[in-house]
Amino acid sequence: MTVVKQDLADADRAPVSQAPRPVTVTPDETQAIGGLVSVSIDGHDIKVPMGTTLLDAAKRVGVHIPTLCHHPDLRVAGVCRMCVVEVEGQRALQAACAYPVTGSLKVKTHTRKVRQARRHILDLMLSEHCGECYSCKRNNNCELQTLAKEYGVDFYRFGHVKESRVPKDESSYSVVRDMDKCILCRRCVRTCIDLQEVGVLEAIGRGAETRISTYLDKALADVVCINCGQCINRCPTGALHANDTSDEVWRAIDDPTKHVVIQTAPSPRAAIGECFGCEPGTPMTLQLNTALRTAGFDKVFDTNFSADLTIIEEGTELLMRLHRALVKQESVALPQFTSCSPGWVKYLEHFHPEYIPNLSSAKSPQQMFGAVIKTYYAKLHGLNPEDIVTVALMPCSAKKFECNRPEMASSGFKDVDFGLTTREMAQMIKEAGIHLPDMEKSDFDDPFGSATGSGVIFGATGGVMEAALRTVIELVCGVKVESLFEHADIVPVRGFEGVRYIELPIADVAPVVPDILKPLIPSFDFLKGVTLKVAVAHGTANAKRVMEDIRAGGKFSECHFIEFMGCPGGCLGGGGQPIPTSPEIRQARAKAIYAEDKGCAVRKSHENPAVLELYREFFAEGPCGHKSHELLHTHYTARGKHIGG
Amino acid sequence: MHVIDSRKTPFTFDSVERGAGLAAALKLSRADIIATVAASNLRGRGGAGFPTATKWNLAAAARVKNEGDHKYVVCNADEGEPGTFKDRVLLSDYAELVFEGMTIAARAIGAPRGIVYLRGEYLYLRPHLETVLRHRREAGLLGSDIGGIAGFVFDIEIRMGSGAYVCGEETALIESLEGQRGEPRNRPPFPVDTGFLGQPTVVNNVETLAAVTAIFANGPDAFRLLGSAKSAGFKLFSVSGDCTAPGVYEFPLGITVRHLLEQVGGQDAKAVQVGGASGVCLPAAQFSRRIAFEDVGTGGSIIVFGPHRDMLAVARNFMEFFVEESCGQCTPCRIGNVKILEGIERLERGECSTAYLKELRALGETMQLASKCGLGQSSPNAFLSIMDHFQDEVLGRTPSLAGGER
Amino acid sequence: MLVSQQQRIQEDIRAMVDKHGRSRSSLLPVLQEIQARWSSVPDFAMQVVADELGLHPAEVYGVVSFYSFLDHGPRGRFVVRLCRTISCELACKSRIARQLENELGIAFGQTTPDGRFSLEWANCLGLCDQGPALLVNDRVWTRVTPDQVHAIIEDCRKVFGAHAAQPAHASGA
Repeated sequence: MTVVKQDLADADRAPVSQAPRPVTVTPDETQAIGGLVSVSIDGHDIKVPMGTTLLDAAKRVGVHIPTLCHHPDLRVAGVCRMCVVEVEGQRALQAACAYPVTGSLKVKTHTRKVRQARRHILDLMLSEHCGECYSCKRNNNCELQTLAKEYGVDFYRFGHVKESRVPKDESSYSVVRDMDKCILCRRCVRTCIDLQEVGVLEAIGRGAETRISTYLDKALADVVCINCGQCINRCPTGALHANDTSDEVWRAIDDPTKHVVIQTAPSPRAAIGECFGCEPGTPMTLQLNTALRTAGFDKVFDTNFSADLTIIEEGTELLMRLHRALVKQESVALPQFTSCSPGWVKYLEHFHPEYIPNLSSAKSPQQMFGAVIKTYYAKLHGLNPEDIVTVALMPCSAKKFECNRPEMASSGFKDVDFGLTTREMAQMIKEAGIHLPDMEKSDFDDPFGSATGSGVIFGATGGVMEAALRTVIELVCGVKVESLFEHADIVPVRGFEGVRYIELPIADVAPVVPDILKPLIPSFDFLKGVTLKVAVAHGTANAKRVMEDIRAGGKFSECHFIEFMGCPGGCLGGGGQPIPTSPEIRQARAKAIYAEDKGCAVRKSHENPAVLELYREFFAEGPCGHKSHELLHTHYTARGKHIGG
Repeated sequence: MHVIDSRKTPFTFDSVERGAGLAAALKLSRADIIATVAASNLRGRGGAGFPTATKWNLAAAARVKNEGDHKYVVCNADEGEPGTFKDRVLLSDYAELVFEGMTIAARAIGAPRGIVYLRGEYLYLRPHLETVLRHRREAGLLGSDIGGIAGFVFDIEIRMGSGAYVCGEETALIESLEGQRGEPRNRPPFPVDTGFLGQPTVVNNVETLAAVTAIFANGPDAFRLLGSAKSAGFKLFSVSGDCTAPGVYEFPLGITVRHLLEQVGGQDAKAVQVGGASGVCLPAAQFSRRIAFEDVGTGGSIIVFGPHRDMLAVARNFMEFFVEESCGQCTPCRIGNVKILEGIERLERGECSTAYLKELRALGETMQLASKCGLGQSSPNAFLSIMDHFQDEVLGRTPSLAGGER
Repeated sequence: MLVSQQQRIQEDIRAMVDKHGRSRSSLLPVLQEIQARWSSVPDFAMQVVADELGLHPAEVYGVVSFYSFLDHGPRGRFVVRLCRTISCELACKSRIARQLENELGIAFGQTTPDGRFSLEWANCLGLCDQGPALLVNDRVWTRVTPDQVHAIIEDCRKVFGAHAAQPAHASGA
């Protein structure tokens, strides 16, 4: 068996920011085009490759230059002008973030002119920045606030607006826009148009009337926003934030008649420490369990449990599609697309609705969990589903939209009542007087606390595919994953390349079909000799490339299964994760996730005992059976990209 | 149409025989074409005064990004600077010279395509320009093997602006050509290296291109010997405001403001705005200054203010212009212009302290230094120079005196 | 808007895009042609243009809202643009402005209820030596006196007299 890893032919078109790259360049870098040039920054001499920006050069000599519109994930804008510096021989100041070094230069970063300009720029922004720091989501985590302090702003030199000029847009379940706080750095525009290629936010108008807005200034809920929240992660101020439902969750906790159940996803656990001053990549899974119980949740479960369930349902669905296609010669929608990323799902519904049949009908782990809690769990514990409140801790703003989709209530009760982001949960924990890193470690509650490493890695791009392959290799091919990949780590699907393509020839198949699948597929013989082709894409810009390739009949159209994640890096880079984000931070979170996988006793979804128990006790017809279809599967809406109303 | 002939003096362009400039240039090698332009000391007529030969040299040396790509010559006909209208006259009456200049530039840098970016306000000139282009194509002066030079291919298309002053800034103009909001780019890279569609692009003002034609027709020496050492040649001036004979004049660069005012009937002026809204306001005490790149540079806009004019009202008009015409991209320009305009309103109401005025002037300096493009960097000029020279006139107003003509 | 009407607009725009080329650099010429045809670039047209050029509608709106001569809201068949920049201001443009408002019964920035006239300010029209100057669509009027304003408007009204039909608007019901 061989694994072929290929990059998309035009992968270089994908946003470079999604690949990890060093912040600084080494002095002996020899591949630099045109060689090295010397720069003197505040008297520090350094040689840098041609084209290095002054900002990067300054970083290398330890000179801090303030920025606002600059972001490591985004192309250069050079619009806020905070980073201006004095370049010898130039009349005007130059924006360090945008100025490429192409010859030797002498630069000064804190002359009178520079200090005056930066202070004026802050004063100008503050003159239009309506809102008080105390009543702001970003209090203490605001780049504008930090700079105001750094530059000693103690009065409003050019006045300060006190009255709101723009009503908040709270139409979306996921993203709130408070344009009174916008400083027009355009990070959200570059995120939405360049990084995600969704194109909802754009600069509108001209001159003093310029604003960031949507098509015809419509409400966010009425345009093609996919709720990914990447704009929130990159907003330097409180102008964009998630639609916070933590007050409702507190209300449920305070209500003694309510049984409040929380599930936690792996990505928030790998990131929430950042909200408490920990280094990115500090895992907090077990401390979080204690904290959540202390805060008042009645049960703390692991979303990984339903991630394993998803693998079984989605994997079965794939096998059935392949069976119908290869054995029954039916026309079947292939490749099958994953459906666990609600941002990606809405993206497809808007931009490629004709491919909805390709989406797995399996609900996401979040929703499956809710459905199981309100049915099986309620029955098991003699609880009235009406009295159960299900909360999901997710790295994601789109999960808020997902749990409010009307079709996500097939049991007669809303699968998941509230989706909370990592940031909101950190807030709640602080409100409960808890310093998370100080918490004792404790385990999840039974019965849904047992999970596998396969569920954990859902949090990273390629994780769903790796989890699925672990199960497919063992069930279909009948060999141990470890015999092919050391420690069952399927490294080729990992990484941050925008698009990854893997071929997996199936030389031999298992002689017997596991009991659980027998009613659906009598034998795996039809897969003998088939080369399984799968792919992974993360960030909708990369998803777009793959979809264009499929539409054009390219190699991705011949895939059997494709994992799509709406956010760069997958869930660990989700729109509900702590701010800031950068390639390095996402890498650190990925490391934490893969470490948690490695630490799991059980690494494969099909070996999760609780999942097997659930099928024995509740979904007795097995995966993709009648009951499973009713509770664990869903349908989608062809939304199209025309903006109505 | 009700446009009146604006010409007030004979132009050098009148004496340039149509076709003579291009014919003379096409006899030369590419390097010699640029050398001739260099010998004339021609500097850009749009206002910034960048040496034309240097620009062409850089574009000639720059490489296209991929095989099959090519370079561009763009004629900046987005004449939007308040008080400037000489390009309208050139395009109306001397279009052949402009197109000849573009063809010479194309030959020099090796560009097969030219674009005239014509401001939307001049839409009425388009039919005439299209007619001239058609005649040139018919005469073999555009198209393939121009002037009998095998492989010399060049044609010109006209693209319209849509009402945005900032598109006169060359990188904003290029953004606009690319179908974007007209927001200036970061420089470097410069258009000569990375311009329209990422290719080397020369952007020259209408008058610069016409001057090139004159230089080849009459020889570079005739041009260089006019004007001052650093500001060679003749220049068209758009004169308006409080003078008896507004219109377009040709003078050699280096002329004093006073001499110019005498020619146009504006001797009793209280102040003159040189260079339009982005230029500077000179009081009568400085009328002996010379209009040249080394003293008071200009794209040719001269606005005369008579003795009775309220200079605060003048400043307000300019700032209102910039508040609207800023692209809105960078902080100093987008908000800075608003703050200065609000300051002017305070002055009108007599509610501005000297300390706050000082703060506003410092803000003006920040805008000059920290704005992203030339628009923002020059937008406070008028305000600052009016405050320099007329502070006494604007402070301590009472409401009954407030405001000029509204 | 009727489906057939939408289809016709779609076909017209597609033809414009074919003429100018299917690349983003054709955006302004296409929008200018739409504006000339329908007096504005209405909602439906912006979305069709976005589709045809592979852009997001928000990007098209961003461009339309940037340029003074492109409008997304309905505009009159005749757009009167009076120059308000310095030289025309010195030439007493405010009296012309007042008289235009009187003749049309609307303020600057407004369109007459019959959809025939819009009144707008313009920044420097490049007619500084012959101000006050104004544009009516692409027609120029210079050294305008308050007394002439009526005649300028009447001159436009004749068009409606000759062709009583309503101006063609792409933005229907």
